[in-house]
Amino acid sequence: MVQQLGHLPMGWLMLALLAMLASGGFFVGRVLAERFSGPGSARVHSRPNYHGYYVAMWTFVPAMVVALGYGLFGDGLVRYMLSSELPANFQDMPRVELDVYLNAIARAAFHQGYSGADRVFSAITNRFLELQGLIKASTIVLALVCAATGFLLARRRVAPGFRARNRVEGGIEIFLFLCAAIAIATTIGIVASLLYESLRFFAEIPIWEFLFGTRWNAQTSAEFGALPLFFGTFMIALIAMLIAAPVGLFAAIYLSEYAGPKVRAWVKPILEILAGIPTVVYGFFALLVVAPAIRSVAIWINTTLISTGLASEPLLAAQPTSALAAGLVMGIMVIPFVSSLSDDVINAVPQTLRDAAYAMGATKSETVKHVVLPAALPGIIASLLLAVSRAIGETMIVVMAAGQRARISADPTADLTTITVQIVALLTGEMEFDSPKTLSAFALGLVLFVVTLFFNLIALRVVQKYREKYD
Amino acid sequence: MTDVAPAPFRNEKALRRLKKRRAADARFRLYGLSAIAFALLALSVLVASIGFQAISAATYHKVRFDVVLDPAVIAPTGKDTSADISRNVDGFYALIRSNLQATFPEAAEDRMATRQLGDLVTRLAVLPAAKWVSENPSQIGQTATIKVPLSDDLDLYLKGAVSKEFRLRLGDISAVTEAAPRQVRLTGDGAFKALQSLIAVQRQDVGDAVDARSILISAGSTTGRIMRLDADAAEVTLLTGSASDFSNVRPMARMIALPETERNVSDLQIAWTLALKDKGHISRVPHTSLLTHTDSTYPELAGALAAIVGSLLTMMVTAFIAIPIGIFASVYLEEFAPRNRLTEIIEVNINNLAAVPSIVFGLLGAAVFLGFFGLPRSAPLVGGLVLALLTLPTIIIASRAALKSVPPSIRAAALAVGASKMQSVFHHVLPVAGPGIFTGAILGMARALGETAPLLLIGMVAFVADVPAGPTDEATALPVLVYSWSTNAERAWEPMTAAVIVILLMFLVTMNGIVVLLRRRFERRW
Amino acid sequence: METTMTESRDVSAAGITMDETQGLTFPRIACKNIDVFYGDKQAIFDISLPIPDRSVTALIGPSGCGKSTFLRCLNRMNDTIESCKVTGEIIMDGENINDPDIDPVLLRSRVGMVFQKPNPFPKSIYDNIAYGPRIHGLAASRENLDAIVEKSLRRAGLWDEVKDRLTSPGNSLSGGQQQRLCIARAIAVRPEVILMDEPCSALDPVATARIEELIDELRKRYCIVIVTHSMQQAARVSQRTAFFHMGELVEMGETDQIFTNPRERRTEDYITGRFG
Repeated sequence: MVQQLGHLPMGWLMLALLAMLASGGFFVGRVLAERFSGPGSARVHSRPNYHGYYVAMWTFVPAMVVALGYGLFGDGLVRYMLSSELPANFQDMPRVELDVYLNAIARAAFHQGYSGADRVFSAITNRFLELQGLIKASTIVLALVCAATGFLLARRRVAPGFRARNRVEGGIEIFLFLCAAIAIATTIGIVASLLYESLRFFAEIPIWEFLFGTRWNAQTSAEFGALPLFFGTFMIALIAMLIAAPVGLFAAIYLSEYAGPKVRAWVKPILEILAGIPTVVYGFFALLVVAPAIRSVAIWINTTLISTGLASEPLLAAQPTSALAAGLVMGIMVIPFVSSLSDDVINAVPQTLRDAAYAMGATKSETVKHVVLPAALPGIIASLLLAVSRAIGETMIVVMAAGQRARISADPTADLTTITVQIVALLTGEMEFDSPKTLSAFALGLVLFVVTLFFNLIALRVVQKYREKYD
Repeated sequence: MTDVAPAPFRNEKALRRLKKRRAADARFRLYGLSAIAFALLALSVLVASIGFQAISAATYHKVRFDVVLDPAVIAPTGKDTSADISRNVDGFYALIRSNLQATFPEAAEDRMATRQLGDLVTRLAVLPAAKWVSENPSQIGQTATIKVPLSDDLDLYLKGAVSKEFRLRLGDISAVTEAAPRQVRLTGDGAFKALQSLIAVQRQDVGDAVDARSILISAGSTTGRIMRLDADAAEVTLLTGSASDFSNVRPMARMIALPETERNVSDLQIAWTLALKDKGHISRVPHTSLLTHTDSTYPELAGALAAIVGSLLTMMVTAFIAIPIGIFASVYLEEFAPRNRLTEIIEVNINNLAAVPSIVFGLLGAAVFLGFFGLPRSAPLVGGLVLALLTLPTIIIASRAALKSVPPSIRAAALAVGASKMQSVFHHVLPVAGPGIFTGAILGMARALGETAPLLLIGMVAFVADVPAGPTDEATALPVLVYSWSTNAERAWEPMTAAVIVILLMFLVTMNGIVVLLRRRFERRW
Repeated sequence: METTMTESRDVSAAGITMDETQGLTFPRIACKNIDVFYGDKQAIFDISLPIPDRSVTALIGPSGCGKSTFLRCLNRMNDTIESCKVTGEIIMDGENINDPDIDPVLLRSRVGMVFQKPNPFPKSIYDNIAYGPRIHGLAASRENLDAIVEKSLRRAGLWDEVKDRLTSPGNSLSGGQQQRLCIARAIAVRPEVILMDEPCSALDPVATARIEELIDELRKRYCIVIVTHSMQQAARVSQRTAFFHMGELVEMGETDQIFTNPRERRTEDYITGRFG
């Protein structure tokens, strides 16, 4: 019988239960309130609906908390109880194997039990179902009890002078606050998970070897010196900024100082399109069009240098995936980050400053170079910082077009790898959750997060200060 | 008179200097213009290159076979249920293979030729036909027309993507003599002069490499390879068909720039394909299987259906979570939050999360959702959760801007009539801010649709051959499909990947288009 | 229901003598020692002011003297400004409505407000009027609600003009009509007091005249407090006038007396246009 309970569809059941509890509570509350309300009575604070909502709130929320608890921890609890009952030889299995075994048990239990020959498996599956049934039944009972308690307590409050509307609105405000607090929860989640896994990693690999070692062979779990990765990230970001900074800035200058309204109305949205294209599309473009082109040019340079006698062997690596290909395309992608924000800040510079320069007989370019740009400088720097942050954190373009070789090389036609590429390489495919190989991905993620956080905070600060100045 | 500076408007030095300054001015303006031109050029090159590739994949070639549905082959006793028939790949493929062998008997001559004949059509390509027959069992025993896609390499060849080709129409062939089995001598007065000149020109360009190239000669369904030639005669090895097709016609010669050893398609296969084409068995049709098939290891059989459904499911989960929470959070922050430390922290957090690299969210998903909560890998549920966390800050920021733009007079009016703060927000402020919030939500979803990195980290890179039925089934997403197909080796995947990119971009263009329309429609004047 | 004011020592500070209090009905609202602070800055200094029922009381004074701030105390709209603090007593029906225990939401259904710039909800005319009664539960049925809407529009003198287009949006009306709509909206929740903050300053003279007519009608039923920049308007429309200057109540009395024979020097200077 308990085993049968193990098959209860908890998802639907809890939803139905919560819905019934909520509507039941609402109904009761409202009916009670309607007894003393009506269009004539002036002393009643809140309308009957609000009394209904109040009772519904106190009935529904306790039950929902129980349901959430089950949803998050129910499975884990069952497994924990099961594995603590298992004989010693099971306990000694490495955690990963045990997990796989338990997964098989869970699957078998889900598919109406096991009818094969393995007696042990069958027995454990049955016990699993029993435990599941126990937990599920207890959850339902607990939910009902909590709901009933809440219901009875709330019912008593329903009275003419009771400020139900205020209570209900207070409850809603708490709910709204919780929604906003998810932002904090996310950050805490990110920091906590990155830190936790990184600390486990640094327990095995010393941190200075990670930060300053120059050999990276994570796939074979041999060496974890991340310096080549930092170098690769830096190099590609540099190439990207070498393109995006001048292009973005000059585009912004032209749009805000020289372009007429029609040109602005068309060009600005088109630049925004560059920002809206998914990075995987850029990666495809980089892989299939840009990288081969760069390779051909590099080969041509090599042969020309050799044939003119300036070099005795090929100078450039001319790889099919290269830092230059990835950096170039990434630069194009990042242009709108620079141009959009710079355009805004240049526009925000007061016209009086420009008028003062013109009145002195300065040409337009002189005004822009000597008056407008310096005034807009903090905002422009912020835009560059945000662009750099974006370039460092970019994944798909480099995964597809940069390469996998972790090395330090000044040759842009060579393939380099970056932090993000390695994170993807380490976490896709076969994963053993506890090996230093997988954990190193989190350590890399931590570095990435900290560096981009640093850039972002400075940039946001600068933008804020700047807005205050000119608002 | 003491030294007085000459009138400034006539001052030589000043005028010279002014000229330089004006020149610098013009240059400066030019830099700005070129910057914009560069950006626009880059965008056009991107769109054009992907567009051209995608067009190539928009249609493909299918071969028609008229076969007798022999029950002994496709529904032998013991395996004749409807389900068995629909899975009987070997049987249906055997029908096609025997049809091909009947059409091109020369293939039986050696094993390599037989194998190459078989490679014209992939085995698994018969599955849709098998399914059709299993649903129409009355057809068994009758003659039926089966249409299957041509193998990806030959499809590429017919589209001209395999190699550069030079084509010439030769002069009239007056005599055909068979010197040995399948060795033919073609004679015609000056028939091959043009071909000779072509070879000479090519020799100037690439030197002796021209000798490694295959020169095929075709008339009707017959094709042969030219072994030796001079102005009036050529010695041809017949690849398929009969020599008599050459008499009194002007054959077509084609020089294939890429030597046979460097191609995936042999001259023999090309000859057969040309023959099928000449017989009218090959048609070029819209590549609808791109949208109706799921992934496959064979390019011509692969489609994006599973990815489209997977993306839709993931988007649904993301929208379901991120949009309500985002709106509620922005309402709290904009209308109810007191100006204290905690609120400041929340706001800084949100601004920062909006700029965190997306891959970090993937790490979070892998560690917490997969590792800690044990949710199923590669499921739209987990993908949707991760993308929801990623999109949440964007939606909150956009919604706050929309709420801020509601004039305070409306709030005051509602309060003055005796509405509570909560009532004024939900009955008056939110409806007015509605369009702005809605556009912010759509933009957030558009961004989430194109995200790839977080999905890779939660396991969505696996090859998924079944259409997911629900949010907990294994699935993939459109951008992940683009990534995974772009890493495949065969050339034929490139146009297909480009086509999927076009599908993805169409979704995005639609969503952004809706935003632009909404913005225009709800432009309010206060 | 005529009881004279007994706390004349409070009002004598405002310059009202005993004989003048004979004609007063029991004040609908009695303000005692009101101070208003914005952060550390004080805006209103110890104002005590009785506001009689079924009449129009005008608050006049130069810009920035605190009239609107004071008006907003009467329906606790100042509560929505975080840094604002209001001390003192505002007695209505024997209760101090400035007490934090009193729920401002209920108060605002008894003390309505019309703003300087007409601010109809972006809803239909019908929904604009119906919103208040709906949330306060004043109508038991749809017919009830219809009746309330019609009555409010009639009382605001707008019914004939909009009765055929109740579903068209509120902001499709002209400025003057919008303001009358806002008045009708305020009336619909059956207030006892109507506050008006320079209701005609955004309207043309014709619309202004209509609103003033309306105010004259309304004062038979409601206690009206109107802040106005225009002394002529105050003279036309009000029975009692209070003159504010720099956050203080300088003088209060019968409108005729204030305008023809002001007691205070400052009042006289303002009336004759020497400053303001």
